[in-house]
Amino acid sequence: MSARGDFLALIAERVLVKDGAYGTMVQDRGLTPEDYAGTLPLEAEQRGNNDLLNLTQPEIVTQIARGFAAAGAALIATNTFNANAISQADYGAEHLVAEMNEEAARLVRAVADAAQGRRFVAGAVGPTNKTLSLSPDVDNPAYREVTFERMVEVYEEQVAALARGGVDFILIETIFDTLNAKAAIMATLNVEARIGRELPMMLSMTLTDLSGRNLSGHTVEAFLAMVAHADPITVGLNCSFGAEALRPHLKSLAARAPFPVMAYPNAGLPNDLGAYDEAAEDTARQVREWIGEGLVNVVGGCCGTTPAHIAAIAREAEGAAPRAIPDSDPAMLLAGLEPMRLAS
Amino acid sequence: MRAATRASAASTRFVMVGERTNVTGSARFRKLILEGDYDAAVDVARAQVANGAQIIDVNMDEGLLDGAEAMSLFLRRIAAEPDIARVPVMIDSSKWEVIEAGLKVVSGKPIVNSISLKDGEEFFLDRARSVRAYGAAVVVMTFDEEGQADTKARKVAICQRAYRLLVDSGFPPQDIIFDPNIFAVATGIDEHRRYGVDFIEAAREIRATCPHVQISGGLSNLSFSFRGNEPVRRALHSVFLYHAIPAGLSMAIVNAGQLDVYDAIDPQLRAACEDVLFDRDAGATDRLVEIAERYRGGTRRAEEKDDAWREANVDERLVHALVEGIDAHILEDVEEARKAAGRAIEVIEGPLMDGMNRVGDLFGEGKMFLPQVVKSARVMKKAVAQLLPFIEAESDGASVAKGRIVLATVKGDVHDIGKNIVGVVLQCNGYEVTDLGVMVGWPDILAAARRENADMIGLSGLITPSLDEMVSVAGEMQREGLTMPLLIGGATTSRVHTALRIASAYEGPVIHVNDASRAVGVVAKLLGEDRETYVGEIGADYADIRDKRAGKGKTKPVPLAEARANGFVADPAGKASAPARTGLHRFDDWSIADLRQTIDWTPFFRAWELAGTYPAILDDPVVGTSARSLHADADAMLDRIIEEGWLAARGVAGLWPVRREGDDAVLVEHDVRLPFLRQQTPKREGRSNDCLADFLLDEDWLGGFAVAIHGAEPRAKTFEKAGDDYSAILLKALADRLAESFAEALHAHVRRDLWGYAAGEALTNDELIAERYRGIRPAPGYPACPDHSLKPILFELLGGDPAGISLTENFAMWPASAVSGFYFGHEKAHYFGVARIGADQLEEYAARRGVPVEQAAKWLAPNLDERATSG
Repeated sequence: MSARGDFLALIAERVLVKDGAYGTMVQDRGLTPEDYAGTLPLEAEQRGNNDLLNLTQPEIVTQIARGFAAAGAALIATNTFNANAISQADYGAEHLVAEMNEEAARLVRAVADAAQGRRFVAGAVGPTNKTLSLSPDVDNPAYREVTFERMVEVYEEQVAALARGGVDFILIETIFDTLNAKAAIMATLNVEARIGRELPMMLSMTLTDLSGRNLSGHTVEAFLAMVAHADPITVGLNCSFGAEALRPHLKSLAARAPFPVMAYPNAGLPNDLGAYDEAAEDTARQVREWIGEGLVNVVGGCCGTTPAHIAAIAREAEGAAPRAIPDSDPAMLLAGLEPMRLAS
Repeated sequence: MRAATRASAASTRFVMVGERTNVTGSARFRKLILEGDYDAAVDVARAQVANGAQIIDVNMDEGLLDGAEAMSLFLRRIAAEPDIARVPVMIDSSKWEVIEAGLKVVSGKPIVNSISLKDGEEFFLDRARSVRAYGAAVVVMTFDEEGQADTKARKVAICQRAYRLLVDSGFPPQDIIFDPNIFAVATGIDEHRRYGVDFIEAAREIRATCPHVQISGGLSNLSFSFRGNEPVRRALHSVFLYHAIPAGLSMAIVNAGQLDVYDAIDPQLRAACEDVLFDRDAGATDRLVEIAERYRGGTRRAEEKDDAWREANVDERLVHALVEGIDAHILEDVEEARKAAGRAIEVIEGPLMDGMNRVGDLFGEGKMFLPQVVKSARVMKKAVAQLLPFIEAESDGASVAKGRIVLATVKGDVHDIGKNIVGVVLQCNGYEVTDLGVMVGWPDILAAARRENADMIGLSGLITPSLDEMVSVAGEMQREGLTMPLLIGGATTSRVHTALRIASAYEGPVIHVNDASRAVGVVAKLLGEDRETYVGEIGADYADIRDKRAGKGKTKPVPLAEARANGFVADPAGKASAPARTGLHRFDDWSIADLRQTIDWTPFFRAWELAGTYPAILDDPVVGTSARSLHADADAMLDRIIEEGWLAARGVAGLWPVRREGDDAVLVEHDVRLPFLRQQTPKREGRSNDCLADFLLDEDWLGGFAVAIHGAEPRAKTFEKAGDDYSAILLKALADRLAESFAEALHAHVRRDLWGYAAGEALTNDELIAERYRGIRPAPGYPACPDHSLKPILFELLGGDPAGISLTENFAMWPASAVSGFYFGHEKAHYFGVARIGADQLEEYAARRGVPVEQAAKWLAPNLDERATSG
């Protein structure tokens, strides 16, 4: 059976668990710039280029993934959040993008295949550090730093490499600009057509204000209308503010989305030093509420979550009833920043 | 928002799509986009959403535009406006590249309008796949390989076929919108009788057989036969929606403000509309046409003033007269008030000022519009003139005005309608205005400012050379060490030019004020306590514009040789036939009564800052009352113009053999060279770098013309002397319209008779206004031919002072109500904008024109790439 089929079959029975974050796990190891760069001939300093570790410190990446698998994550993402040509340009490492992604996918694939039970590999695709919807120049609102075509091209490179490395799904996450996500969707559709293989998409939005909008100004329902054409295998929310503040928006998404819902919060909010210090039990308690209310089909962790958090979340998910997925709405859904529903 | 009752009750079942951000449907939006005034264009979108549009249709299909770029830019601009971007966009174009440019930048999930089976199934599905990849919904036109569907059976069959194709290919049915073509009813043609009922029945059938789709339609077509009769159009639209919505219509492209409540429609009219829509009997159209006649101008009757206000006390009567602009009783009322007050000045300081303050407030709140304000001013002037002798007799010292402003139209320019309006509005608000008139050189402006001890100077101009004159005035003010503010206005001026050129020539405050409605606010701020802050803000704003311009590399012009190689290639087959009657043709007394019939009213209302397209503007919910009243006054004045012979229309047209030499046209008989300019902006594949010479073949024909309306100026002066600025401005605005109408009429005469290449042409006035004819008449000083200095050459060809027109040193025509230009007859001749040219073309043009480069640079200043000049 296909990964999509397996995944949907499992989802019908239980709440699945996703892994936690790579970034904050790597941070804890206190790597030096030399550790990051390894033997690669790169001019710029590579400290903080976590995606490069897929090539230079594969064993660290494998260890982290293995830790999450052991904690009970059925869905494991690749360490490729910034492994795109736009973000990597900051490190002068854009020529390594394809390699990074392919290798990252292989590493996690190996971990998933070695673990007990059915595990899935999600190729993580971040938002890049540029936005298609907003002008960085306050005096010229029509200016854009990057074009849609360029964004599609950048994503195609990443998605194709992830597919070569053997991922099951493409996880378009931390969507702060929904138009960037539309470019990623188009890129994925293009790659699918080119390689003749299905690449089911997971779409996860991040909210930047408490009223429930992302940076490009879209509400969760507008977001849903904008990405439905991806026929996603999950939609949801990640990162943002803590789990508690996320709840009302998760609720409105869960009420309408005719797709499985996945949510993975941060371990609270960062403290003064930028570290996340919410205890595993505290994060798990929030997640328990979501599960109890039937809001989610997949839960996991984002920034600051460790295998301990994931294990605690897995305990909450154990034996819990999954969210019932509503039927597809036959109405026409349109959106500006806000949704519009025109009854059928 | 007024809406058909059922429509408003079920907003989730029916949505109004705003139609104003459409260059093909809104002349105002088209103008704003062509002028690159995206700030104002964004405001059009904002107003639509504020007025209840739930989706906005954006269309940039205009020959003069790079549609893809305009679509992209406009959508990026509105994306930054949360109060607009909250609603979905309908990306409307017949060109896929324009649609795709929009899809790449639009926020949200849009609708693509439209795709169809016109070019076959494969093409259709390919487009649908692309639409889907961008995650958009789509409007499918009921159009197939055979053409547009006009019967119920064809509409239904095409939709069912398209539905099957789309759904089978994986397109979600709920993202499909069918547009089964709303056509005009009551046209008098038998085949059209079922158009209304066919649409409604087709909608019902499509909904029943194609689950989950939506139905949309453009409403304005329906009532096309009743153009100019808004009450009937509104009734027809409302009745149609009343029946079509339950049948399945769920979206209509419509001016949301222009619908009536079904129950409130006159039952007889309603029944007649229904009989037509449902084709109930053979006499239905005749009945509606007959009833419709009663509604022509019917709205005006309803507004006839009653005299109840005459019952109030004298102070209230004065206020009422000012606010309503009624001068019938003003003299007797003023006299009564004066006798009661004791001192004449108390009448001014009391009720008259109260009335004018009320006018100012209403104007400020957008509840009153310019024509009414100018009318109020006329009443005020009459009242003050009546009181003045008494005040002088009682005088105990000079009264203090709120401020003194010197206004002038700069040297070389004769256009003053806008400036006069500004003057009147300022006077209404208690400022003392010294209006120096037109063609005023800087020495006179500066002398007047000193003499009057002015608080500020306001300059106006309409033609492009006036921009340089304004820079000169600013430079002279600087040299004399003045510090007073300088206000800049007029059609050709812009905030960017003011910031870049004028403000950098003068250290005092320089402010661009392009409409009369803003003038009072600006002047008040400049004379108020917060002056420093305001001046600081403007200064910073302009400095910012300068910085941005300095930092921003403009698109580099392509080399002239390259642009020339990419010129438009005229097909010899499209050449116009040889003229039936060559040489010069003079018309010294064209019928004003005829010209009146073909006036394009929309710009007339724009001159009065009333936004909207005629005739819809007469029923505009906001400015309709004001527009109707202005239109009625204009009609009454036209009656007098014609009956009393106030004006004379003189024109001349010439047709000559011409030889094309490169970008020049050489007039064979005169041995005169007309150099034209070529676009040097980089073009996308398939678009040419145009030059007017491209529309000529090696051996060809070229025409020229000049028309003018004589007699307006002296009579306007008489009005002004009598304190009646309203009539003065009205007369000048009408003379302008008559001149434009004359240019159009003469062009038609040339096409059909004198040149004769379009002998069988038959166009309606709307089609004429939309320039749907073969051939163009570009004017020197306008985008396709930006060099005003070609006018003397043209005038020479036309016999010296053609139509009695003379030219100022900056090539403005006098009288001001005049139009001149060239005629090109090639079937593919079209308007375009030369825009920026490079240094290479400037130098070559100077040589071809036979003038020093510096001279040419001065003439072409607005078209020069900044890097080509020292500035």
